[in-house]
Amino acid sequence: MTDLNQLERDLLSQVEAAGDEAALEAVRVSALGKKGSVSELLKTLGSMTPEERKERGPLINGLRDKVQTAIAAKKETLAEAALEARLAAERIDVTLPVPEAPEARGRIHPISQVIEELTAIFADMGFSVAEGPDIETDYLNFTALNFPEGHPAREMHDTFFLAPDEKGERKVLRTHTSPVQVRTMTSKAPPIRVIIPGRTYRHDSDQTHTPMFHQVEGLVIDKSANIAHMKWILEEFCKAFFEVDQVKMRFRPSFFPFTEPSAEVDIQCSRKGGEIRFGEGSDWLEILGCGMVHPNVLRNCGLDPDEYQGFAWGMGIDRIAMLKYGMPDLRPFFEADVRWLNHYGFRPLDIPSLVSGLTA
Amino acid sequence: MKFTLSWLKDHLDTTASLDEIVETLTRIGLEVEGVEDKAKTLAPYTIAYVIAAEQHPNADRLRVCMVDTGAGKPIQVVCGAPNARTGMKSVFAPPGTYIPGKNITLGIGTIRGVESAGMLCSGSELEISDDHDGIIELPEDAPVGKAYAAYAGLDDPVIEINLTPNRPDCTSIHGIARDLAAAGLGTLKADAVPAVQGRGACPVSVTLDFVPGDEKLCPVFALRLVRGVKNGPSPEWMQRRLLSIGLRPINALVDITNYVTFDRGRPLHVFDLKKVKGNLTVRRAKAGEEVLALDGRTYALDSGTVVIADESGVESIAGIMGGEHSGSDEGTTDVLIESALWDPLNIAQTGRKHGIITDARYRFERGIDPAFTLPGLDLATQMVIDLCGGEPSEAVVAGQVPDTSRVIAFPWSEVPRLSGLDVRPAESEEILRKLGFKVEGSGERVNVTPPSWRPDIEGKADLVEEVIRIAGVDRIEPQPLARLEAAVAKPILTLIQKRTRLARRALAVRGLVEAVTWSFISKGEAELFGGGDPRLSLANPIAAELSDMRPSLLPGLLKAAQRNADRGFGDVALFEVGQTFASDEPEGQSIKAAAVRRGTARAEGVGRHWDGGAESVDAFDAKADVLALLAALGIPAGGLQIVSGGPAWFHPGRSGTLQFGPRNVVGAFGEVHPKILKALDLKGPLVAFELDLNALVPPKAKPTKMRPRLGLPDFQPLTRDFAFVVGRDVAAGDIVKAAQGAERQLIVGVDVFDVYEGTGIDPDKKSVAIAVTLQPTEKTLTDVEIEAVSSKIVAEVAKKTGAVLRS
Repeated sequence: MTDLNQLERDLLSQVEAAGDEAALEAVRVSALGKKGSVSELLKTLGSMTPEERKERGPLINGLRDKVQTAIAAKKETLAEAALEARLAAERIDVTLPVPEAPEARGRIHPISQVIEELTAIFADMGFSVAEGPDIETDYLNFTALNFPEGHPAREMHDTFFLAPDEKGERKVLRTHTSPVQVRTMTSKAPPIRVIIPGRTYRHDSDQTHTPMFHQVEGLVIDKSANIAHMKWILEEFCKAFFEVDQVKMRFRPSFFPFTEPSAEVDIQCSRKGGEIRFGEGSDWLEILGCGMVHPNVLRNCGLDPDEYQGFAWGMGIDRIAMLKYGMPDLRPFFEADVRWLNHYGFRPLDIPSLVSGLTA
Repeated sequence: MKFTLSWLKDHLDTTASLDEIVETLTRIGLEVEGVEDKAKTLAPYTIAYVIAAEQHPNADRLRVCMVDTGAGKPIQVVCGAPNARTGMKSVFAPPGTYIPGKNITLGIGTIRGVESAGMLCSGSELEISDDHDGIIELPEDAPVGKAYAAYAGLDDPVIEINLTPNRPDCTSIHGIARDLAAAGLGTLKADAVPAVQGRGACPVSVTLDFVPGDEKLCPVFALRLVRGVKNGPSPEWMQRRLLSIGLRPINALVDITNYVTFDRGRPLHVFDLKKVKGNLTVRRAKAGEEVLALDGRTYALDSGTVVIADESGVESIAGIMGGEHSGSDEGTTDVLIESALWDPLNIAQTGRKHGIITDARYRFERGIDPAFTLPGLDLATQMVIDLCGGEPSEAVVAGQVPDTSRVIAFPWSEVPRLSGLDVRPAESEEILRKLGFKVEGSGERVNVTPPSWRPDIEGKADLVEEVIRIAGVDRIEPQPLARLEAAVAKPILTLIQKRTRLARRALAVRGLVEAVTWSFISKGEAELFGGGDPRLSLANPIAAELSDMRPSLLPGLLKAAQRNADRGFGDVALFEVGQTFASDEPEGQSIKAAAVRRGTARAEGVGRHWDGGAESVDAFDAKADVLALLAALGIPAGGLQIVSGGPAWFHPGRSGTLQFGPRNVVGAFGEVHPKILKALDLKGPLVAFELDLNALVPPKAKPTKMRPRLGLPDFQPLTRDFAFVVGRDVAAGDIVKAAQGAERQLIVGVDVFDVYEGTGIDPDKKSVAIAVTLQPTEKTLTDVEIEAVSSKIVAEVAKKTGAVLRS
C-alpha cells in the first residue's frame, strides 16, 4: 500500500513538474510506457490470486487512471502555455498601410452618373432611352425640325460641318439631341415616351461653352399629351433629380423652331455662399427649354398633327450636373484632370436607383 | 432690345408699376434681361455748390472744398479733380454711397491729413459717361440739394428684353406696349399715322433693278424729299431717350430715323439730296464694287449684297448700313427719306458676311411689318417737318407692299387640346383681338387673320401659344401623365446601353478613373490610330488639334494621362467608354471601352509600398483589365482567342489581339508603341486596351432563366504538375490548349504556374510549368490510369509544341 501511495505521489509530482511536452512524455513513458512503473504493476495482476487481484486490482488501475488524467490535464495546460507564448511572439504592426483598394481609387465621371440618375427617374415614369449618331444629316438636324433655310444655326460659326460628299451635301455634328426625336418618330408608332441623352456639338468655345457638351432630350407623343402633362413631368423630374420635396418652376413663353407653343423653364433657388439650394429662395435659374412638338415636325415624321400631339424638352446634362453637384466651371469636365475627377467623380458602386436613392 | 419706361408710356396708358411691368414682360415671353433704374442707383447723389475750393496743405494735386449740399452745414470734401473750383456746381455723394464706376462704398476718410466727408463725382464714377477728367459741372441754376438723377433726366428706368427671333413686332416699343396691353397692363394708345400731304413729285426716281425671281430682295421702296430743312442737334428729350438706350445722338435727321427704328420697329435711311447724283437704283452689287459705310469702314461687295446706288455708284448697303458719302450732316438742307422692305434671309446673310451688326439689320432680318412701310415714311416725314422744318414732296414708291394676309381656321378647342388649360373662347378671342388678330365667325371654329406685323404666325399651334402666353402659362395646373400600362415597369435598356453602363462600373472597380475626352482629335492622331478618313474631317474645326472624328479612344486618353503626369501625377489609370467613328454613317459609330495605365498605376496598388511594389505597369495589367471587363459583361471566355501582336499603335512584341475567330476581332491590349510615345510626346511606361462593345456578340436568347443542372462529381479532383522545355517562341497558350485537348473528359483545368529562362536551360528555350487538374466522374483513378493520362498530356504537348518534359 505504502509503495503504491508513494509511487502515486512521485508520479503526480513528476507530472506537475514537467516543463514542456517532452518532459511530460518522458514521465508518461516512465509510468505508462511498456516498461513503465505503473505498467509493470499492471503486469503483476495476472500472477495474483483472485483475492489479491480483487484487492490490488482497483488500486493499481486507480493509480493508472489518476496518472493518465493528470498527464492529460498537464498536456492541455502546457499546450495552452505554448500557444500563449507563440501568440505573444507573433505580432504584426497593424498600422502599416495596405495598398489602397481599387474600389477606392476608381471613379465614375459626373456625366455618366447624371445620365444614370436621369434614366432611373424617367424609367420610373415609363420612358425608355433612345440614341442616335453624333454625325447627322442636315435634314435630320435642321430641316425636319423646322429650322428654316438660312437660320443662323445652319452657319459655320455655330455648327460643325463635315466635308461635303459627291452630291455636295455636308453632314453635321448634331447641334442638339433633337434629331433623335425625328429618328424615333419615324421608326416607332406612338405612343412614344423616350429620353435621349447624348453628346452634342456647337462651334463655340469660351469660359462657359465647350465645343462638345451633353444634352438630354425628352419626347412624349400620343393623342392627348399636353402642356399640363409636360409641367407635371418636368416638376416631378426636378424634385426627384435635385432630391428635394418641393420645387417652384416658372414657365416663360419662348421660341424654338421645333416646338409651338414653346417655353423656357426657370427653377427657383437660393444662393448662399456659393451653394445653390432648390425649393427655396428668390433667384431664378434657367434649366431647360420645352414645348409642344411643332405641327411641321409631326408632319415631317409622317404624323398628322390633328391626330397626334405631344411635347419635348431638352436640357444640358453638364449644366444640371453643375447645378446639383456644384462644379463651378464646364471646361474641366473634358480635361481629364485626375484631381478634378477624384473630387467630383463618383465611387464605382454608387449606383443611382430610386430604390436606394440617387445619391449615397 | 432696350427701351425706357417713359418711352413705353408714350404707347401704353397704364398705372402699372415698373415691377409689375417687368414681371409681366417676362411672363408673356418678353424676358427681361435687366432693368437699369438710375433713380434708384443714383438716389444718394445730389446737386451741390462748392462754396470754396482751396489748395490742400499737404498735396499739390488735391483741393479742400467746402460744399453746400443743401442739407445744413457745409461739408468738407477733399477733391483731386483739376476742375474743382470755388463757385461751381457739381454732384455730391455722402459717405455710405456706393460708387458704381469705382466699385467702392464711400466712407469718411482722411486724405493726407485732411478729413473728407463725401465726394464730388465725375461722369465715369457714376457710370453715366466716359468722362473721368474732372467732376461733373452743372449750370449755375442747378437746384442745390435736389436729386441729380431726376435733374439730369436720368430717372427714366431702362428695360432690356431678350427678344426671341420670332418676334420682330417687339423690336418696336409700340409692339411691346401692345403685348402688355393684351396682358391687361393698360391700354394701347392710338397708333394711326396721319398721311403726309406732299407737294410736287419727288425729284429723284427709284428703279428696282432685279432679274425675275429676285424681286423678293426688295418688294417695295418708298422715297420722299423734304426740302429746306434745318438740320442740327435733335431736341434734348429725343437725345436723352436715345442716350438711355445706348445710342449716340448725331443730328436731328439721323436721330429721327433711329428714333422711329425703336419707336415703331421701322428702320429708315436719309440721304442728303445734294450728295446724290441722279436717280437711285436698287440692285445686287457688282463684283469689285465697294462702299465706305457710316461706320468708317470700307466694304468690298459682291452680288450677294443688295445696294442702293446712284449714278456715281453704291450709296448704301440695303437694310443694313448707309454710306458715308451721301449721309446727312449739319449742312443738309434737302433730305431724301427712304422706307423700304428687304428680304430677311438676304439681310441676315449679308450682315453676317460683312460682320455688320446694326439696329436696321436686327429688324429687317427678323421681318418687319410690310404694311408700315408707307406710314413709317409719313411718320418720319412729319417728325422732320416738326423738328427741322421743310417742305415735303410726294412719295415715290417703287414696287408694292406685299400682301401677307392669310386666314387660319381655328377651333377654340385647340387651346385646351394642346395646353391642358380650358380658356373660354371669349377670353381667347379677346386676347387675339388685343394682339391685333382679326377674328371672324362665331361658334366652335373661327377664322383668324394674323396682323401684318406677325410673320411668325403660321397655324393653329401659334395661335394657341398667343392665347396661353397672354392668359398665363402659370394658370396651367400640372396633370399627371398616366402610365401607358397599369403594370410593373418593363426593363428599358438596350443591350449596348446595359453594356456601356456595366463597362463603366467594371472598370472603375479596377481603380480606373473615368474621363470624358473630346470626340474630335487632330488629323495626325487620327491617322496614327487607324483613322484619317477625309469624310470624318471637320470642315470648320474649332482648333487644328480638334479636327477629325476619333477612330479610337486611346489618343485622347494617352494625352490626358500625359497631361496629368506633367502636373505631377504620373501614376494615372484612366478609362473612357464612348463613341468612336469609322465612317460618317450611323453604322460607323460604335461604343468602345478603353483604358490606359501609366507609371505604377496597377490595379493591385499604386506607387511604392513597404511590402514591395512600385512595379511599373506592363501589358499584363492591360490584359487583366480587358479580361475583367469581358467577365463583367458576361461574355463567355470559351471562344475568346488571344493572338500575339496588335494594331500598329501597340508594341508588336508586347501586345495581343482579342478575337472570337479571325473575322471577329473585338479589341487589343498591350504596351503603347515607342513610335506613338514619340509622336504624341508621351513618356511611358504606358499600357492600354481598347474593346469594341458593339462587336461583342449578344447573348443567346433562352426560353427560361433556368441554370443548367449542377452535376457535382462524387470524387475528388487531383492535380499533376508538368515542367516542359520548349522553344522561346512557343506560346504558353498553345501548351495549355494542347494539354487541355489531351483528355477532354478528365481535364478540367490547366494553369501555368512557372515560366523560366536562364541558367540550366538552353538560351533559345524556356521552361513552362503547368498544373493540370483532373476530375474523375465515374470512379477514383488508379495510379496506372493517372500515369496513362499524364503520358497522353506529355505526348500531346510535345506533338503540338515540340516540348520535352524537363528532366
